[in-house]
Amino acid sequence: MSRKDLADIASGRLSAQQLAQNFDDVSPPLDRQSALIAAQRCYYCYDAPCIQACPTGIDIPSFIRRITTDNLRGAAQDILGANVLGGMCARVCPTEILCEGSCVRNTGESQPVEIGALQRYATDWVFDTNVTLFDRAPATGKRVAIVGAGPAGLSCAHTLARLGHDVTLFDAKPKPGGLNEYGIAEYKVLEFAAREIEWLLSIGGIAWQGGQALGENLHLSSLCNDYDAVFLGLGLAGVNALGIDGENLAGVRNAVDFIADLRQCDDFSQMPVGRRVVVIGGGNTAIDAAVQSRKLGAESVTLVYRRGSASMSATWAEQEFAKTQGVNVIEWAQPRRILGSAGAVEAIEFEYTQLDADGRLLGSGDVLRLAADTVLKAIGQVLLAPRADGDASALLEVDKGRIVVNAEFETSVRGVWAGGDCVGGKVDLTVQAVEDGKQAARSMHARLGNGGQGNG
Amino acid sequence: MADLRNNFVGIRSPNPFWLASAPPTDKAYNVIRAFEAGWGGVVWKTLGLDPHVVNVSSRYGAVQWNGQRIAGLNNIELITDRPLQVNLAEIRQVKRDWPDRAMIVSLMVPCDEESWKYILPMVEDTGCDAVELNFGCPHGMSERGMGSAVGQVPEYVEQVARWVKQHSRLPCIVKLTPNITDIRHSARAAFRGGADAVSLINTINSIVSVDLDLMAPTPTVDGKGTHGGYCGPAVKPIALNMVAEIARDAETRNLPISAIGGIGTWRDAAEFMALGAGNVQVCTAAMHYGFRIVDDMIAGLSNWMDEKGYRTLEDFRGRAVPNVTDWKFLNLKYDIKALIDQDKCIKCGLCHIACEDTAHQAITREKDGKRHFEVVNGECVGCNLCMHVCPVDSCISMVRVDEGGYANWTTHPNNPAAVKEPA
Repeated sequence: MSRKDLADIASGRLSAQQLAQNFDDVSPPLDRQSALIAAQRCYYCYDAPCIQACPTGIDIPSFIRRITTDNLRGAAQDILGANVLGGMCARVCPTEILCEGSCVRNTGESQPVEIGALQRYATDWVFDTNVTLFDRAPATGKRVAIVGAGPAGLSCAHTLARLGHDVTLFDAKPKPGGLNEYGIAEYKVLEFAAREIEWLLSIGGIAWQGGQALGENLHLSSLCNDYDAVFLGLGLAGVNALGIDGENLAGVRNAVDFIADLRQCDDFSQMPVGRRVVVIGGGNTAIDAAVQSRKLGAESVTLVYRRGSASMSATWAEQEFAKTQGVNVIEWAQPRRILGSAGAVEAIEFEYTQLDADGRLLGSGDVLRLAADTVLKAIGQVLLAPRADGDASALLEVDKGRIVVNAEFETSVRGVWAGGDCVGGKVDLTVQAVEDGKQAARSMHARLGNGGQGNG
Repeated sequence: MADLRNNFVGIRSPNPFWLASAPPTDKAYNVIRAFEAGWGGVVWKTLGLDPHVVNVSSRYGAVQWNGQRIAGLNNIELITDRPLQVNLAEIRQVKRDWPDRAMIVSLMVPCDEESWKYILPMVEDTGCDAVELNFGCPHGMSERGMGSAVGQVPEYVEQVARWVKQHSRLPCIVKLTPNITDIRHSARAAFRGGADAVSLINTINSIVSVDLDLMAPTPTVDGKGTHGGYCGPAVKPIALNMVAEIARDAETRNLPISAIGGIGTWRDAAEFMALGAGNVQVCTAAMHYGFRIVDDMIAGLSNWMDEKGYRTLEDFRGRAVPNVTDWKFLNLKYDIKALIDQDKCIKCGLCHIACEDTAHQAITREKDGKRHFEVVNGECVGCNLCMHVCPVDSCISMVRVDEGGYANWTTHPNNPAAVKEPA
């Protein structure tokens, strides 16, 4: 039997046992003993730098102190009161550049308190037992539509529900969660995303409407008419194209689709993966796609980024992790063309790059050719702005690919707020989206409570 | 190489580390293991009159502090629960086999002369080096008129010490209970009774914790608990003070002291001996880690003595006693200020919040809009609090700023009882 060199995309490269091991929890939970040891390392700083570094402002020293006294309910209230997706953030936050990065233990010891792991310890039991931590305020009779059930929309929905408003949560996908459900590597979250959302929605007052795509079967103008306020947490649903020859060859895919397929896949042995995979990009999507390709059994996985590692949006910790998983990282090379035969990719050509004196990225003319049966594109996502309908969307101001909002997260359309990746501005992180949703909800509440409707 | 040999009221041991009268010295098996490990002596677990006592199951409670096991330990175990003759035979054999080690026998019998007169010859017959009178146990035995029930009444202490000296030629060490208001009264009583030495402290009466599910004190015996004797690292400061009070008391200043209370390292031992103790007794640390800890106690003390140029234990014993004084003699002109080493500061803010909330508002938290902690000398009274809360070693130091001189409270104008200075 001849060896299949090209277009070798297959499933079941590894045994079921190996796959299960590969996709197991990348950082297993702390048990009580380990949690206490970790918690006791916290100095309980005054006006702690870690709180400042958290976009949602979780009182970290407080929740850690509560862990040390076995007051887990109190610890969970500290965390989830500030960040209702604190369980997910404990898993996916780049803590090395946020709370843990600012821990005073880094000075002198280079070993911060394990805040992320402790946050997971303090919150896991909440979702395991589906315990109620928060009550709803008396019903206000106000109705809010939230479009997009990702981190921003979920955070906004929960905050509004707590305040007594009735929320309808719309999303184009069949399941709520957005990136939490479709966009994060399996080994980081396992079965967690759905359980967390189930708990979040259990507060009541949040009606779920899946399969509702804005601009298709859902329209902003009618939402504005039917609801007292609208929140848009659309995320960045579009994917940047490479714009080079060969992009339409079989075997060339968006990394986000590959990740989503994996998350929705019940049996990894049925999940096809290439033998020689090339991933283009330098963000967490690129890392997640590259690492998971390896975990599925790809023989070689090469991540190529057009600039140096310092410019990657994936943190150094993510980059290091990818390397330990056997991902080969090539910096300073940009894709030029994808080569194929019989309609399928067989190689990709890159040109090496360098910066000129003014810091502009230039091609050096040197070419690198990598044999590949799969090319995963992860060079960034873009806003899919709702198509104009009636007059509402027409007024929705978009600038540089993001919805324009003021400090209160209000868009140019009266009665419509927006937050999360679709507004950008700070960092495109889950934790920032949660904060946006929370702040927008507070603004909406102030407006709704102030004697009238958002859509006055 | 320092000479660690110890001569305590004529009792010789190769080093000053004895095991205190307690579970670790309950029987020959343990004591032999202790001697093999290198302990200088043991005080055998307290003997009483037959019929021997019985003990309960569930005997120890512990204080865990910030992840550390056994910051303090509490026990409700009584004296030996083996027949008197079994203990005496074992003591005789072990002393014969280990003649260079100190063998002290702890005793607790009813507070009458006959009982002491009865037991002392039997004890003396074992060949042991001394007796220690257990006037300290705060639990169980005290309900029967023994232990701390005796130790808390100076007249009883004196009386029993006198009986013991009368009916035995063995050196007599009186073990004092800390469960009193002023340790000096008990020490003076022992001294007047003719005791050769005192040992202290016995355990402190305590409830170590309450089980909030059982709603009962720990250690819990079938749903109930009782007060017990507290020991371990947490009690060391109390013991240090009591030792110092006896060492500087006019009446008892020459009364030899065998120090007990939270000693677990050579440094603890050196501190007690600097305050006048002739040697030390250890229990909780051995119960926590086993007898092997004596190894570092010996090596550490020896190395420290070499470093300091102390050849024998007597060279440093009692050296800190003259520096223990009454508050009224402290120099009011002495002035220190905290200094934060900005290169070492990790900006945790603990010094600031401690000073701001609970002391003198003498540490700033911000400079040029940035997190920055600095002492305001004008407000700093030199209390040391910031230095103690700072998690970084030697980041905050206390710097002397006064211009010398001496003045104390006895002559201070604010003191209504001030001695008027001569005009």
